[in-house]
Amino acid sequence: MSITSDSEPKARHSVGQSMKRKEDPRLIQGRGRFLDDIVLPNMLHLAIVHSPYAHARIVKIDKSAALAVPGVKAVLTGEDLTAAGLAWIPTFHGYDKQMVLAVGKVLYQYQEVAGVVATSREIANDAAELVVVEYEQLDPIVDPFVARRDGNILRDDRENKTNHIYHWEVGKRAEADAALASSEVKVKQRIYFQRCHPAPLEPCGAIADMNGASGRLTLYLTSQAPHAHRTVVSLVTGIPEDKIHVISPDIGGGFGNKVPVYAGYVVSAVGSVVLGVPVKWVETRTENLTTTGFARDYHMDVEIGASKAGKLTALKVTTVADHGAFDAAADPTKYPAGMFGVVTGSYDFPVAFTELDAYFTNKAPGGIAYRCSFRVTEASYAIERGMDLLAGELKMDPAELRSLNFLKKEQFPYQSPLGFEYDSGDYETTLRKALDRIGYTDLRREQAERRQRGELMGIGLSTFTEVVGAGPGRLFDIMGIKMFDSAEIRIHPTGSGIVRTGTRHQGQGHETTWAQIVAEELGLDPQNLRVEEGDTDTAPYGLGTYASRSTPVAGAALVKAAQRIRERARKVAAHLLEAAEDDIDWIDYKFQVKGVPGKTIGMKEIAFAAYTNPGPGNEPGLEATYYYDPPNMTFPHGAYVAVVDVDRATGATKVRRFVAIDDCGTVINPMIVEGQIHGGLTEGFAIAFMQEITFDENGNHLNPNFTDYLLPTSLETPAWETGNTVTPSPHHPIGAKGVGESPNVGSPAAFVNAVMDALAPLGIKHIDMPLTREKVWRAIRDSGA
Amino acid sequence: MKVALTVNGTAFERDVEPRMLLAYFLREELGLTGTHVGCDTSSCGCCVVLFDGERAVKSCTMFAVMADGHEITTVEGLAQGGKLHPLQQAFWDCHGLQCGFCTPGMMLTSVAFLKKNPHPSEGEIREALSGNLCRCTGYQNIVKAVQQAAGELAAEPVAEPVAVS
Repeated sequence: MSITSDSEPKARHSVGQSMKRKEDPRLIQGRGRFLDDIVLPNMLHLAIVHSPYAHARIVKIDKSAALAVPGVKAVLTGEDLTAAGLAWIPTFHGYDKQMVLAVGKVLYQYQEVAGVVATSREIANDAAELVVVEYEQLDPIVDPFVARRDGNILRDDRENKTNHIYHWEVGKRAEADAALASSEVKVKQRIYFQRCHPAPLEPCGAIADMNGASGRLTLYLTSQAPHAHRTVVSLVTGIPEDKIHVISPDIGGGFGNKVPVYAGYVVSAVGSVVLGVPVKWVETRTENLTTTGFARDYHMDVEIGASKAGKLTALKVTTVADHGAFDAAADPTKYPAGMFGVVTGSYDFPVAFTELDAYFTNKAPGGIAYRCSFRVTEASYAIERGMDLLAGELKMDPAELRSLNFLKKEQFPYQSPLGFEYDSGDYETTLRKALDRIGYTDLRREQAERRQRGELMGIGLSTFTEVVGAGPGRLFDIMGIKMFDSAEIRIHPTGSGIVRTGTRHQGQGHETTWAQIVAEELGLDPQNLRVEEGDTDTAPYGLGTYASRSTPVAGAALVKAAQRIRERARKVAAHLLEAAEDDIDWIDYKFQVKGVPGKTIGMKEIAFAAYTNPGPGNEPGLEATYYYDPPNMTFPHGAYVAVVDVDRATGATKVRRFVAIDDCGTVINPMIVEGQIHGGLTEGFAIAFMQEITFDENGNHLNPNFTDYLLPTSLETPAWETGNTVTPSPHHPIGAKGVGESPNVGSPAAFVNAVMDALAPLGIKHIDMPLTREKVWRAIRDSGA
Repeated sequence: MKVALTVNGTAFERDVEPRMLLAYFLREELGLTGTHVGCDTSSCGCCVVLFDGERAVKSCTMFAVMADGHEITTVEGLAQGGKLHPLQQAFWDCHGLQCGFCTPGMMLTSVAFLKKNPHPSEGEIREALSGNLCRCTGYQNIVKAVQQAAGELAAEPVAEPVAVS
């Protein structure tokens, strides 16, 4: 993809280059260090006992047979944890609490009931099967619409005897209702964004190592947010935070799955404290899919009003959210439904209103931001599907309808009716580029011809806007901790350096892009800037990597820290160039005496001088730290076009082409950005066509492994065509907006819109994801066509 | 049970439980942690190793004792004499990896595949890799990497990937 920016014509030597990744040499040679690769002396292994029932009272737990197995060191239950004060821990935002090991009753199938610690993984697993748990089954609720009747209260531990968790709303209800009532054209559709699971290929895990002599607990965690986890562990256990050391090693994919705290983490820590030796827990794939953070599960009623000419008049979205057994959704404290307020999307709605009610059910807890900035994916899907339904009702081309209602370039910064200030965007240009690239006019002509022949071909658009980079401290916090992030840069005497941030990458390429950012600011070689993340003893405090926040927040902190380095270096430069500090300019990656182009000095020379000859009154050394509180979120956008052929006889869908034009502002490394887009589109494809966590009426989890929870392989994944436009963020120091999630947020609607467009001649208006062959076939059959 | 086998060119002999999977044997007995385990159902392919130099096998689906008398190549044995294998180089060049967890399995599957089919089409590559899951890359750059490596391997045949000890 090309990277050009009219606003920044200056020469660049690092930012904007497709530099090969610095993390790759170890990963391609099998020398990465993932959690399960770590082996500590005398380490024991933890296996978890899970509930076979979705809702049951625990009558009795008999540990004796398990304890009798040679090699078993401990069997821990909820009762044991109660004694330690750790049977329950607060959920992500602190509004609810969740069981670590079940106490009294189990609330979902596969819930953690006991933990067995033994000398090997095999012995622990064998003994886990010998823990005898006697249950008394209770009626489960698997449907949030049943839960809301409150006929069967699931959480009897809570003060309020209701399954209703909270109500949230934003916007103007009365005005939206009135505007809808008087609109010439209206569409209303129930749209379900199914429960799905991020399923990174490396499962979650922990190694807890309590050193009885020093009183220090070292926790190796598959953690996207190691500092936040350190603070949580301290708050929950009472261990002083200086006595907790969290290390997040190489992570084999996260996608939001590795943000929460899981039972295995806590139980391994308790095991290590009790037994005085390290305890490792690595979950199985089944444990990953059944107990750790799911995503979505939103039932959304989308209503859009418009004039006959297609001008939007109002939007109303009413959602029922299924949160499972505990309210463990990963959302910032003041945003229980995350950034769902971005549901007005890229369009100029004069009035909008959205409300949401969340309910408990007998399913695993979660609601994590699966490659998504807190419910943006749900919102984006709702509005982009809604726009196509409206286009259908108006018998208008969906591209034309979007164009007619886009926010215009000159409307930014734009105050959305649901409370966001969009920083920048140029939706029309991005859409035009996507339509030109795919050959939209020709495709519509081809489609018309095929329809004549009875063939089902569809073209689907999605012109989404995201809100990422949480976030400004005045609005965003998790457990009260503001969502800033941080960077620390140390330049060594010989001009190389180490760069640390409070984020923790899981494949996004920070080791490369962070070096590029710092290199660009300081005129140093990015190959000699080592990036290190994930160790709370060395990295500055930050809230971690998720919600596309690393580049918008930590990336900005890096620029600011580098600029601090530059200011310190300027003093040294003044000393070395024998000029007043005010007379020193930073030009073309070098310091120069004003008006004397020959009198320059580079950062490498300055670095050496900073340690050997800093000059009178100048602080020696060359280091800086910056904690960056972003003034606003960033708003990446994109225009996606999918072309899908549907087989009338079998319901099989085939994505023929997919063009993605993304605008994530300034691009730091085009190769990495393109890779992020490929990956996100593939996850969007998976969600649109394959991925769904399903339950039967008894709450049995129906796809607890990769043979039933389908992920796309190389065979069915389409070839992606990518491109970009560049609309820099006006408030980010280098104009970058974040990109990792855009393709996952924007693409599901493009796929579904394409399939629905293909099925439109049959009178089919909507099918909920995933669009499996069977579902599409049934819809075609039921249409009677 | 006794098991004697050659891994990356070095002979090993160990006494293991009959039920020990080859993946865990490599990881835990030999400390070769580049072979990963990502599922319980033989679906993901993170654990693929090369069996007798030519067959890609999922080492989570084989007992260690079944490898008795055989030669195994893991990701640690791909580079030769300080030079990356063309597939490793291609994965790096083409941004064929992100988190890197599936990468060893992807590369070893590709090694076996390119031996059988040195001049594959894109479709054949995609089919060959369909037993290996990747959650990060969307496969596109992996396919590109295999194409690049195929070109290089065809142009300049390299020795069997057997590691120096």
